[in-house]
Formats: sequence, structure tokens, C-alpha cells
Amino acid sequence: MIEEYIPVFIVLLIAVGFAGAVVFSSKLFGPQRPNSEKTSTYESGMKPVGTVRERISIKYYLVAMFFIIFDLEVIFIYPWAVEFKRLFGEHGISVFISMFIFLVVLELGYLYAYKKGGFKWD
Amino acid sequence: MTILEIVAFTLIKIVIILSLMLFTVSYLVYFERRVSAWIQNRLGPNRVGWQGILQPFADVFKLLLKEDIVPEKANKKLHAIAPIIALFVAFSTYAVIPFGPELQIFNYKIPLVVADVNIGILFVLALTSLGVYAITFAGWSSGSKYSLLGGIRSSAQMISYEISMGFSIGGVLLFAESLRPIAIVESQSGWMWNAIVQPIGFITFLVSAFAETNRLPFDLPEAEPELVGGFHTEYSSMKFAAFFLAEYANMIIAAGLIVTLYLGGWQIPYIDKLGLPSLVETLLQVGAFVFKLIAVLFFFLWIRWSLPRFRYDQLMNIGWKVMFPLSLLNIIWVAILIMIFN
Repeated sequence: MIEEYIPVFIVLLIAVGFAGAVVFSSKLFGPQRPNSEKTSTYESGMKPVGTVRERISIKYYLVAMFFIIFDLEVIFIYPWAVEFKRLFGEHGISVFISMFIFLVVLELGYLYAYKKGGFKWD
Repeated sequence: MTILEIVAFTLIKIVIILSLMLFTVSYLVYFERRVSAWIQNRLGPNRVGWQGILQPFADVFKLLLKEDIVPEKANKKLHAIAPIIALFVAFSTYAVIPFGPELQIFNYKIPLVVADVNIGILFVLALTSLGVYAITFAGWSSGSKYSLLGGIRSSAQMISYEISMGFSIGGVLLFAESLRPIAIVESQSGWMWNAIVQPIGFITFLVSAFAETNRLPFDLPEAEPELVGGFHTEYSSMKFAAFFLAEYANMIIAAGLIVTLYLGGWQIPYIDKLGLPSLVETLLQVGAFVFKLIAVLFFFLWIRWSLPRFRYDQLMNIGWKVMFPLSLLNIIWVAILIMIFN
């Protein structure tokens, strides 16, 4: 079993090495002549106004929370989906009904978030 | 096979695929520029070499010799790490995409996939969600307003569409009974392609793939007219090239996933009836995979120059109010199909 994953580790190592090499190659080959005009923040040629480190609208955190809730459900679906054919052969329609109830509960949560205005973006 | 043999074969496959990948990515850029020129009735790059065929090399050398500017307001460490993450994700996901059936050379049976693991699809999902970090870090660490807005938009967009993507894959798993990409391809023998069996899932996956790769009509993160360059506004030289490479590599991976999950992978319907020698059959099947891949990539480019960009609220509405319920519906539809025909 574990030797199946040897290629994965090799790929990950090589990918990190390759990515690092690409990013640092410009330090080697490119010129390095920074000045204050060049390293100032780009704002369409104007002098930069204000700061960037400001508070961000709560809407974005809401999206992240919905993501965590619903993405977890995806992970619950996968084992069921992989075993569905075999379990259906053994236990019949109850396999489908149990997942259907789960999806209905999920959908109720979705409708609640919808009604509460969680998906209004303007 | 012994561990040494596994390592040796893996290294050979990685070297071949990595160089092929770099080659295709750079030529995909050229391909895109020529196709867009053709669609818009322009010429496109045609000066460097015959018909501009050497243009990608000229671009790479130009970027390599440019100055790497790090803005003074930037968080230096994260600013450097973000492009590494982007490129790392893009160049490690291809490991689980199978591009052909088993190849028989001498006494070895070599599966034509770098890592034949039974959690292949989970591996892809895990790595692609790491890709969000690259964009968020890049946007936040640059210390520019354009970058920050682009980064936030992009992370919200990517996590929204990841959900419908995950649910659409659920439908595929119901048929394949495995997370192993090779098993998924084999479950689509003949004309039982998932694109035909579950068209709703195919469409939701396709749309989510467009959103995940930040391609038009979903390229809000780098909408040029409003955000200059989006999250990579403050990047130059090879760091910019890293994001650029990663975007196009992600496109190839998305196309590879679409082919593997929905278009039957390397399979050619009824090829076993022809009675060809096994090596020829294998080569034909690899050819079929490449052909399907290029067809899907052409579709990506075609969409880019045919559809206008969505507004941000439209994009989030489509993700949460259309794609998410549709992909749930698809799972129920596929489960009912299986119950009827089993």
C-alpha cells in the first residue's frame, strides 16, 4: 500500500524544487536597481492614498463559513457514493433514502441561509 | 516491483511529463494568442520564427532578464511564497491524471499515470484548494489596493465554486465506485461517458472548472478595466511568470480532469473490436486522450473570446443559487439511474 504513495512524495518534492527555482531565478539573472519610485505601491501613476490594511466587510467571512459548512457535506457524500452500488445490492432502497434525508436536511440549512439573506451580494 | 524500480520509473515519468507540461503550457499561451487573434480577425504573434513559433521562448527569456521588483509596502516573505505555492499546486496536480492504459514494455506493466493512488480525486481536490492560499497571500501581501481586492474576490469565488465542483464529482463516483482516476476512466467504457449519462453534472463541473481556473467569463480576480492586474499587480519578472505559468497549467489540469471524469479519458469506443496489436492500441488511446485534451482547451479559449465577463454579484449568485442546487440534483438523479438499471 505505502509504495503507491512514493511517486506522490517524489512529485511533491520536485514540484516544490521547481517552483522555488523558477521564482528565485529572476534574482540571479535580472538586474537589481531598486529606487523609491519603483518600489512604491502602484496606483495608476498617482501618489498612493491611505493604507491597505483596513477592515474587510463581514460578507467575506460569511462566504468562508458557508464554504466550510457545505464543503464538509461533500466529504460526507464521497464514501457513500463510492460504496453505493454495493450497498444497494445488499440493503436495497434504504441506502438511498438515508442519504436522501441527509440531503434534505442539508437543503433546509441552505434554505435557512438563503432566507436570512446570506446570499445577497450587493 | 521493488522500491528502487518504482522510484526509477517514477522519475522517468516525472521528467517526461514535467517537460511536456512546460512545453504545452508555453505553447498554450501561443495557441491562445493565435486563436484569439483568429477569432478577432487580427494576426497575432507571427514574427519570432516561422509564424511566431518561437514566441514562447522569447517571452520566457524576456521575463527572466527583467528586474524583480518587491514593493516596499509588501510583506516580503509572503510576497515570495505566494508564487511558489501557485506553481507548486499547478505542477503537482497532474500526477494523478491518467493519460493512457497500461503500457507493456519487456516484462514491466507500466500504468501511464505518475502516481496511481486510490485517493486520486481527493488528492486533486486537496491540492486545488491549496491554490486559494497562493492568490490570497499574493493579494494581501502586496500592500496594494488592487491586489487586495483581486485576492479577496478570487478567494471568495474559488471557495464558492469548489462546493459545486465537489458535488458534481460525487455523481461520477456513484458510477465508478472508486476515487482512483484509472477506475473512473474504465467505468466509462464504450459510449457510457459521464458527459452523456449525467449532463447536469457535466455542465456544473465545466462551469466550476472555469471559475476555479479564473478564466473568462469568471476572471473577476484580474478584471483589467477595474483592477489593473488583480492579485498579481505588484509582481514582476519570474514571479509574475510563475503566476502566469500556474494559470495555464491549471487550465491544462482542468481540461485533463474534464476529459478523465466526463469524456471517457483515453478510451476510444469499440477499439477492442478492431483487434490491433496492444502497443498500437495503447498509442492510439494516448492519442485520443491528447486529442480530447486539446479539444477541451480550444473550448476554453473559444469561450474566453465569446462571452462577456460576469458582474461580481451575478457570479456569486450563479455559484450559490444555480450551480449548488443543480449539482445536488445531479447526485440524486445519478443514484436513481443506478437503482433503476441495477
